[in-house]
Amino acid sequence: MSKQVLDRIAQVFGAAILETHSAFGDDTAVVEPSHWLEIARFLRDDPASSMDHFIDLTAVDYPQRSGTRFDVVLHLRSSERLHRVRLKARIGARCANPAADANPAADVAEAALPKIDSLTSVWVGANWFERECFDMFGIAFIGHPDLRRILMYEQFVGYPLRKDYPAAKTQPLLEYRQADNEKLPPFDEHEGMSFGRKTHADRQPGRNLLGFEED
Amino acid sequence: MGSVSAVTSMSDNSAPDLERSQLVLEGSQQGFATTRFEDLLNWARKYSLFQYPFVTACCAMEFMALAGPRFDMARFGAEAPRFSPRQSDLLWVVGTISQRQAPVLKTVYDQMADPKYVIAFGTCASSGGFYDNYTTLPGIDKIIPVDVFVPGCPPRPETVIDGLLLLQDKITRGDRSVGIVKPRVDPVQLRNPVQLRRKA
Ligand code: SF4
Repeated sequence: MSKQVLDRIAQVFGAAILETHSAFGDDTAVVEPSHWLEIARFLRDDPASSMDHFIDLTAVDYPQRSGTRFDVVLHLRSSERLHRVRLKARIGARCANPAADANPAADVAEAALPKIDSLTSVWVGANWFERECFDMFGIAFIGHPDLRRILMYEQFVGYPLRKDYPAAKTQPLLEYRQADNEKLPPFDEHEGMSFGRKTHADRQPGRNLLGFEED
Repeated sequence: MGSVSAVTSMSDNSAPDLERSQLVLEGSQQGFATTRFEDLLNWARKYSLFQYPFVTACCAMEFMALAGPRFDMARFGAEAPRFSPRQSDLLWVVGTISQRQAPVLKTVYDQMADPKYVIAFGTCASSGGFYDNYTTLPGIDKIIPVDVFVPGCPPRPETVIDGLLLLQDKITRGDRSVGIVKPRVDPVQLRNPVQLRRKA
């Protein structure tokens, strides 16, 4: 059913739809990033698609891919027609200069962020998803009313879900104290072995559970 | 009935009086007990731990079980939660602490009045657990001192009770070194892990 939606946008937008595919009931269109907002608005307003339910917006990093590095992925659903569609836009063109590509600091700089239009004017709910996407992948949404980090703190440098963010790198807000964990197991045999651990099986004849003689 | 004879010498011989005195003097034959002031204070402290639950993640479920009637933390004088750090002695850190939360935890700890104790409840609070990445604090002992670590994901309520008793034990002894709850059964000793289940 949503295959019809793909056909319809292919018909209306022509060359702006780069490719489409359908598999197991999932329909995907890869679109030209410059038409991102326009296509989204069309999908919401066109009575034949009527995508009133914004499900999800996220991104995927493909560091090895030539040409563009990120996919921005949008999932939509129509609560009236009960069909779904997935839109993708490939952004983040590699610089012509490979030296700049190899420099992570340049990647992180605000001006170098890959850009795409914000969908907040179409679905208000896109607001926090785009903030998360900005926070995790460093994708700048043009026209977003409040593009700040949403999960990480402001002092955080870099974009943690990019594949080139070192997996073990942390950026603590507080300086770590020097913990003196000298006392690691094994401990003294009876330390912390309170009476609560005893069961009636441990009970000795003539003594109570605490080990005292019974009257 | 040794204590009775000691009591009779202290009070007149009317029977109801005798019974009451006997209750008061339980455990002593002399009618008084000697101790050091510090010990008395520690004894009082260990049975009146007012807790501040700093509960952030899934371990909270187990913490609720612990406070409920089945495991009943109230037995150990540690049941009363205080939602102001100023009024509490025992900080329970229950769950994952993210880097972003760390300053909040530190502030709460700093706001508590001495003497104060900290229990790290669960693997996440103790070491960060499997969240070994950009987001999570690798153990709350990186920012505040911890008295007792309770391992487990989440720890069983019995383990936590063991941790609480270990803390009380340490308070009695005035020991502020780091304690870790040991497993009840040493897994290394087991040939058949099924034995870990409840003993018959
Ligand atoms: S230790 Fe396990 S149960 Fe506890 S907060 Fe961490 S993940 Fe959740």
